[in-house]
Amino acid sequence: MTDLLPLGMLAELTHRCPLACPYCSNPVELDRRSDELDTATWLRIFEEAAELGVLQLHLSGGEPTARSDIVELTRGAAKAGLYTNLITSGVGLTKQRLEALAEAGLDHVQLSWQDTDPVVADKIAGLEGAHRWKHETARAVVELGLPLTINVVIHRLNIARIADMIVAACRTGARRIEVAHTQYYGWGLANRAALLPTQEQVEAAHAAVAQIRRELEPSILIDYVAPDHFSRFPKPCMNGWGRQSLNVTPRGKVLPCHAAESIRGLTFWTVHDHSLREIWHDSPAFNAFRGTDWMKEPCRSCPRKHIDFGGCRCQAFAWTGDAANTDPACELSPYHGALRDAVAGPRTNELIYRRFSQPKPVLQD
Amino acid sequence: MTISIAPDARPRLSCGVRLHEDRVRGRTVLLAPEHVVAPNASAIEILRRCNGALTFSEIVDDLAQTHGVPRDRVAADAERLIKDLINRRMVDL
Repeated sequence: MTDLLPLGMLAELTHRCPLACPYCSNPVELDRRSDELDTATWLRIFEEAAELGVLQLHLSGGEPTARSDIVELTRGAAKAGLYTNLITSGVGLTKQRLEALAEAGLDHVQLSWQDTDPVVADKIAGLEGAHRWKHETARAVVELGLPLTINVVIHRLNIARIADMIVAACRTGARRIEVAHTQYYGWGLANRAALLPTQEQVEAAHAAVAQIRRELEPSILIDYVAPDHFSRFPKPCMNGWGRQSLNVTPRGKVLPCHAAESIRGLTFWTVHDHSLREIWHDSPAFNAFRGTDWMKEPCRSCPRKHIDFGGCRCQAFAWTGDAANTDPACELSPYHGALRDAVAGPRTNELIYRRFSQPKPVLQD
Repeated sequence: MTISIAPDARPRLSCGVRLHEDRVRGRTVLLAPEHVVAPNASAIEILRRCNGALTFSEIVDDLAQTHGVPRDRVAADAERLIKDLINRRMVDL
């Protein structure tokens, strides 16, 4: 069944990161350095991924370049025939290292930006000087002739500058910009009241993107991900569970999506015990929500079930306690009203930064 | 935006875009940032020649001759494909 083989794999090489963005897609419980897979294991996984049918590998984290073996890993992935995409904060990345990565066969760099306003940018990143470093990295990537995508996560604190960010990204020589509204999982969910924009802000942002598209495309490609909390229908999350992608965590758990561990009751196989092929085809977690047989009403009889696959399983679980329910972002979900209430609810200025949890204090005698 | 392709333009796959033999699925695909495209056989023939060395006119001549197809038809197909991929930032002139 070649139609059910993964096209892309997200390799979360590490959860270590110099930044502390409050919308981070990593789980709230982060893997520590001592948990991380070693070089040889990652190289084996890349080979297995290519043999399984994966075409594109996203080297991510945390900050993937926090791994001292990132050049070796990139070389191994390229050798396995994978299209390699480095998803980086750009902080701590020198031109020399980028040169080594390019030489190792890196295909593409995706660099995150927080804002065009340097004060807000550093505040969101939780690191002074991050904004400047990112601009230097963007310049170095373009100078080396590597294709660059700038990625910006949109929230209440930067949404007013959505068009400015696209224009600024275009000026760096980036070929593509991804402008994606915050997804409310993990850290993003913990910070929802601080990050969620208002309905009016979202409508103004949609209009600003449409306008800037007319002005700039096709000199830059703009991929705009609208927020599901303001839509009538849910997003086609991952283009279907276990359908196109897989995700490997720093400690080697293999997930259908990066937030899947938030669904209680699912068991995730690891690369220590099984090959990627076995995990993809046979693991209970990957098969749990494949196809449409698992669906309940209103999804089961819905003509859109092959368009949006019932939305997001993690969001369904978080809001309803059952991952097989319709995503509450859908207006047909009985829980949609609760989600709309959250959208209309109060906001806060308090940010919870993404950090490793503190070890519990040891009581002294 | 309307793009016209001059006969002496030399189309090439953009930086970060390449053709790849997908052995698992037995087909040739075009890999680009965050995108996988599976072009049909005639589109692949056109894209293989978009190497920055051949002019548009040479590409069309070569395809017409190799496949014994009328030149006008090849030119129309190649122009449509290249324009589409320019708009998706996968081909540069």
